[in-house]
Amino acid sequence: MSDRVPVLKIGDILLVSIQVDLEDQMVLDLQDDLSQKIVATSARGVVIDISALEIVDSFVGRMLATTAAISRVLGAETVVVGMRPAVAMTLVELGLSLGGVRTALNLELGLGYLRRAQASSPENR
Amino acid sequence: MDSDDSKRLLELLSARRAELIAQWEQTVAASLHGRLSTVELGRELSELYDAITEALAAGGLAGRGPEYGVVRSLLVELSRNRARQGFTPTETAVSVFSLKEVLESLLGGSVEEIRAYLQFSHLLDDLGLFTVEEYARTREEIISAQSQQLLELSTPVVKLWDGVVGVPLVGTLDSARTQVVMEKLLQALLDSNSTHAIIDITGVPAVDTQVAQHLLKTVVAARMMGAECVISGIRPQIAQTIVGLGIEFGDIPTKATLADALRHALVEIDKAASTRAAGLL
Amino acid sequence: MRDYPADEASREEVPIQASGDVVKARQTVRLLAQQAGLSLVNQTKLVTAASELGRNTLIYGGGGTVEAVVVRDVARVGVWVRFADAGPGIPDMELALTDGWTSGSGMGLGLSGARRLVDEFELDSTPGVGTTVTVLKWAR
Repeated sequence: MSDRVPVLKIGDILLVSIQVDLEDQMVLDLQDDLSQKIVATSARGVVIDISALEIVDSFVGRMLATTAAISRVLGAETVVVGMRPAVAMTLVELGLSLGGVRTALNLELGLGYLRRAQASSPENR
Repeated sequence: MDSDDSKRLLELLSARRAELIAQWEQTVAASLHGRLSTVELGRELSELYDAITEALAAGGLAGRGPEYGVVRSLLVELSRNRARQGFTPTETAVSVFSLKEVLESLLGGSVEEIRAYLQFSHLLDDLGLFTVEEYARTREEIISAQSQQLLELSTPVVKLWDGVVGVPLVGTLDSARTQVVMEKLLQALLDSNSTHAIIDITGVPAVDTQVAQHLLKTVVAARMMGAECVISGIRPQIAQTIVGLGIEFGDIPTKATLADALRHALVEIDKAASTRAAGLL
Repeated sequence: MRDYPADEASREEVPIQASGDVVKARQTVRLLAQQAGLSLVNQTKLVTAASELGRNTLIYGGGGTVEAVVVRDVARVGVWVRFADAGPGIPDMELALTDGWTSGSGMGLGLSGARRLVDEFELDSTPGVGTTVTVLKWAR
């Protein structure tokens, strides 16, 4: 019944751009989809764009942290990009700091970070 | 309340209207030392006088009662004007209280007259207190508007370099201030595409656990958006308090001067750029 | 929490029976927050709190209702929101408001976090009868 958030593949990077107000089930589905896609595509990096999200509550925050941890276990690095100032201020007050999650101001800087990280990883030298 | 008393008062006030207003105006003008134009004062007082007479005619001697709605709204206007023009509470309340003085001089010796005068004097006391309350309320509004303005004024966010913004903090950092600083800083990061922010606390008089907590929140929020903060301008005494209180800034870089912080930020940006160059090879 | 005069025309009620209803409740609260003139940051804080509390109503309370209305005080406007369920209730409210405490699978930030995001907060719960949480955020 609920929609799924599309996961796009660009080279060895998976791109998720969340454009709708998330229902809890969609959040859980996204976490599942992403871990399966990372394995299926041998992705090395994941970018989650949350610039369209007007709120991030503890449920979505937890999904971001868990996804980052899962992808790390699977050999991919996750960058969360585009968090709005009001969202960041709210998360701090809520008591969430997303420690362990890489973040970048926007998609471009996030992709740039992943490219650099891959370039400097030992396997690519 | 005795209706005879208010009738007697009413007669007196209506019969000698012009004379009483003139005397009232004179008394008030003397207390204000000519800082208000006589025309304006005359208009204010005669409006008030008429409103009071009307309320008396409606049969009320209770200043907070419904008959005095018009009187009260005139007094609100009067006290707001006085507060804005910088008059003292006494100078404001005297506009009401001096009507007593004026009436007193007209007083004959009869018991009825004195009783009526006392009743009226109670009424004026109440209206005078109301004026002072309104005066205080207006002053409070002015103060809170000013502090909001000050808050906005005292937190400029400036671009220091490509990718680096700075916030020179001046004054104490409470939670309202932190909210404004945080909002401005985070928006500036986004607008200028900056990955580094320098929060300079040279102008912050004291750093206690509360202030440190506010600084930490700001840094964490910036991090969640993908930007790093450096705290600079830590004076020797402040460094001593920070250590003395056992405040932990964790892995947040702190520097003594703004110049050190800028150098640090530029080195970080340079590091990122050079790995990108390496990636291209 | 004091009773503030409400703008009856703005009153909204959303039943919470499925996770889609939590989204609806969030949107309703956001509309009222905009109507009351809350700043963007304060809107975000209130809607996030509503999301946390709405989820609690659904998951721990087994469903219920969200009621929201614009309220006025002397010189300020705010949004009042009440979450009510007829669930098992919270036996130890002190404990439930502690950071990190959770009876379910969450991070335990729901109640305590939501409380930090609003200006006024009231938790009322009777075991076996149900739980209501009332919050209020002022426009400043």
